[in-house]
Amino acid sequence: MRMTQFARKQRVTIISGIAAFQMIIVILQLWLFTTTMETFLTGYQETALPAALASVVCFALNGGLFFYLRGLER
Amino acid sequence: MPDEDSEVISVAPDGRPAKDQPAWRRDFPLDWPEDEYRSRREFVAFLMLTSAAFVAGQFWILLIQTWRKAAGQPPVKEIASVNELAVGESKLFEYPKQGNRCILVRLSDTNFVAYGQKCTHLSCPVLPRPDLGKMHCPCHEGWFDIRNGEPVAGPPRRPLPRVGLEVREGKVFANGYVEGVI
Repeated sequence: MRMTQFARKQRVTIISGIAAFQMIIVILQLWLFTTTMETFLTGYQETALPAALASVVCFALNGGLFFYLRGLER
Repeated sequence: MPDEDSEVISVAPDGRPAKDQPAWRRDFPLDWPEDEYRSRREFVAFLMLTSAAFVAGQFWILLIQTWRKAAGQPPVKEIASVNELAVGESKLFEYPKQGNRCILVRLSDTNFVAYGQKCTHLSCPVLPRPDLGKMHCPCHEGWFDIRNGEPVAGPPRRPLPRVGLEVREGKVFANGYVEGVI
């Protein structure tokens, strides 16, 4: 279904939902980043790679939502 | 029946019809749902950028860590002679590079410890207090256990970076890090 087929109020609701999901994901990434920095400065090295991969997964989720939105707008 | 989009171009935030709106709003009508949609759309794009920045930050940490691992442990360096320090005394030295100030403390006849001198809170220099069994950061009253560098009071949450030591032939050598980043 294309975005133009939704009423304008529905479009605002859809994009608000997507923005809320993205915000949760970005907050998760912030937590991952601060934790990784903390453990890195303490001298532990085990967490950096899994945390980087988890952050990539979060980014992919964000990208998926973003391109889903673009697909709706087309 | 006309659909909602074509029927009402502008919907004021209070939801009242156009004829009940003040004159200025009738003269300059705004398409509020469209305006809200555009601003949220920009916010979503901004969140994408923020997300990408966090990924870049994570990989930056990973890269630095890989560089450090590839560089290996710093070289062994003589930092003091055993007779130079009495029990309870300390000595400043720079290790592994100039400017990386560390502090060596003699705890007993056979026990030496050395730490990076930067407090893990806000990088103030820490001072040894062997009489209390602690290292003290006077800036914000941070305290560390002198035996292992673990924080025991005040704002620091991470241990002091510990320098590995070996004693041979009456001399004390630094031989890398035990824990932490100097």
